[in-house]
Amino acid sequence: MKEILLNPQLWSATLAMATPLALPALGGTFSERSGVVNIAMEGIMLIAAFFAVLFAHLTGSAWLGLLGAVIVGMIVAVIFAWAAVTLTADQVILGMAINIFASGFTAYLLNTIFGFSGTPTDTPMLPNINIPIIKNIPFVGQILSGNSIIVYLMIILIFASDYFLFHTNLGLRIRAVGENPEAAETAGINVIKLRYLGVALSGLFSAIGGAYLSIGLLNSFSTDMSSGRGYIALAAMIFGKWTPFGSFGAALLFGFATALSMQLQNSALSKNIIMMLPYILTVLALVGVGGKSVSPAADGVPYTPKK
Amino acid sequence: MSALLEVKNITKIFPKVRANDGVNLTVEEGEIHAILGENGAGKSTLMNIIYGLYKPDSGELKLSGETLNLSGPHEAIEKGIGMVHQHFMLIPVLTVAENIVLGAEPGGISYNKKKANELIREISKNYHLEIDPDAKVKDLSVGLQQRVEILKAFYRHAKLLILDEPTAMLTPQETEELFGIMRRLKEQGISIIFISHKLDEVKEISDKVTVMRRGKTVGTLNTKDTNEQELANLMVGREVVLRVEKSEYKPGDVVLSVKDLTVADEQNIEKVKNVSFEIRGGEIFGLAGIDGNGQTELIEALMGLRQIKSGVIKYQNSDIEKLPTRERYKLGISYIPQDRQQEGLIMKFSVADNLILKEYKDSRYSKNGVIQYKKVFENASKKVEEYDIRPTDYTLLAGNLSGGNQQKIILAREVGSNPKLLIAVQPTRGMDVGAIEYIHKKLLELRDGGSAILLVSLELEEIMSLSDRIGVIHNGVIMDVLDGKSATREKIGLLMAGSQIDAKEVEV
Repeated sequence: MKEILLNPQLWSATLAMATPLALPALGGTFSERSGVVNIAMEGIMLIAAFFAVLFAHLTGSAWLGLLGAVIVGMIVAVIFAWAAVTLTADQVILGMAINIFASGFTAYLLNTIFGFSGTPTDTPMLPNINIPIIKNIPFVGQILSGNSIIVYLMIILIFASDYFLFHTNLGLRIRAVGENPEAAETAGINVIKLRYLGVALSGLFSAIGGAYLSIGLLNSFSTDMSSGRGYIALAAMIFGKWTPFGSFGAALLFGFATALSMQLQNSALSKNIIMMLPYILTVLALVGVGGKSVSPAADGVPYTPKK
Repeated sequence: MSALLEVKNITKIFPKVRANDGVNLTVEEGEIHAILGENGAGKSTLMNIIYGLYKPDSGELKLSGETLNLSGPHEAIEKGIGMVHQHFMLIPVLTVAENIVLGAEPGGISYNKKKANELIREISKNYHLEIDPDAKVKDLSVGLQQRVEILKAFYRHAKLLILDEPTAMLTPQETEELFGIMRRLKEQGISIIFISHKLDEVKEISDKVTVMRRGKTVGTLNTKDTNEQELANLMVGREVVLRVEKSEYKPGDVVLSVKDLTVADEQNIEKVKNVSFEIRGGEIFGLAGIDGNGQTELIEALMGLRQIKSGVIKYQNSDIEKLPTRERYKLGISYIPQDRQQEGLIMKFSVADNLILKEYKDSRYSKNGVIQYKKVFENASKKVEEYDIRPTDYTLLAGNLSGGNQQKIILAREVGSNPKLLIAVQPTRGMDVGAIEYIHKKLLELRDGGSAILLVSLELEEIMSLSDRIGVIHNGVIMDVLDGKSATREKIGLLMAGSQIDAKEVEV
């Protein structure tokens, strides 16, 4: 066990596995702080993962793949916002519908566009980054350097999100809208607009997370490759008490569980039991181990302006 | 003085009602103008129109001679109209400063906390409204939260302040304080619209009063030239009996005896602490107190809806604290809950079904587990007539009846079963004067028949006019039990606020 814990691979894998959880968790934080429960992040990730490969393959550039994924992801998010915010549909059922749709839609596109052989093996990948100086530090360098550029982007986004949410006027307004939309409206704030913004940001972050799965970690798409990360991200967000740093911390914990299960695959413990670890942690997070978290007061409650 | 706000012929129609029907109102600069009317008279609709939340179907609004065409509250705020809603528009988890500046934050992209606090201190000083900008709103008392709401309006440079039922949640002392603030604001040239259905308050604080009835303004009077009786008659549209006629107090045997009762809430915080009291037959025991001082927990414990921590509840000399709610009902205890729509009725059930909610298992209404609808309908038609529930079609869903008639269904069910003990929580909440008269009459009939009544109400007037004895609860403790005849408003008010010693001094 000590051997495993001292292996830098475990820790860099933790970071790598935390990234596709932290990004949608961050997105979910924005969406729920504005008062919209977005479980469609799972589906958005999956769709973005597919389009990242498609655009990267078509243009020969992983960056354009990422851009395409982000645009498609945000389009899906805005459609979700239109139904959830403007038409005040039930947010959870709507999210489920989008997720089921995403699963079938991407499987269909995969087969029709790429055939049964899967996505092309020459699809470009997003680059890994070596950080000068740090890369030469033993142990630490092996963990912190040489990761996908998305990992570093995620870390920047966490700091930026925290500043945005808790230190800017717009962030204050987003939080107000998620707590008491009526109060926000009587203060002259456009509730609907800010909820669209919250959901669009969740689409943006989920899409980056989805692209990371297909062209950051790998260079291929397979059906249902998001495998529930959008949901675990929601648990991480709740575990993290709807804050960017909290979400990141929880994502690291879940990432660690995943990384550990990968490292332990050769040990005497059954692989299947270890694979359950992140999900057990998710259940524990949701039932409130580690402190009761209080959600934004108007989270998930549609708002209809008076006329 | 010149007119600040002119409302001309405003009409607003909702799917079923003409909420405002040709309303006219003129508010002068620097005056306190009361709007008086029953619930549903259209006061709130009118205020929401002035504040830009509703768009009128026809009519005109003018502010300082300029026609207003408001597309939303932000425009009303810009023009200098501020509103303090009955249910505060505050965000509890944010600070005072954040709540006040929300929507018009100082500085550029980043939230400038220092600047915001500075601005708020300045306004606090100008209007003599002390507040700590860094306090979280959820930690403030109701009176202070209201102060935050008023500051919100002045942060946006309000010239006209609308106060929608501002005294509903306040203690008498806090109300006095608010009136002091209002008088000072008036001196500083602010116009105030004061919405209320409490005649004495209107009489005390306003310069002019406009009375509304069924969506129409029925008249504007100079406050000093009118009296409470005239205002009440205008408000209801007929001669009203303001005083409750009560027969002599003839207490019987003890029906309910509570001893050393302690009850905790969901967070295991003790909300009722060592409370003891007795209620006799033929007596109305009023429980006065500010909302949230343990009334809910006490009542739920009495009804078996909440577990107690310690203590004894004796009903007709037998311990009932371990009995489930249904058994307590069977022993002759009835309950009018505070929230009639959530707890008192099933809105999607018919009136007839709601009338037998407690007794559907009884052999009168059910045979081998099958409900005998013939009997149910017989009961319903009898009760609908006896309690004047309108419309008389008892197959209608309870949710389709007006609030007053919904309360009558509950009354028919709970009082109609001839209980030996009735626990009535805010039985007239949100009712108009006519319905209140009726409910009070029914409660007094029950008392005169020898039943014991525990009346919990936030309305001091109601407690004082009905109760034979008055217990005042503060922070889970019964501060004192006063004689209904000699208790004064001031004394109850002080006890409600928790000052035992001051109350004694007042007595001297």
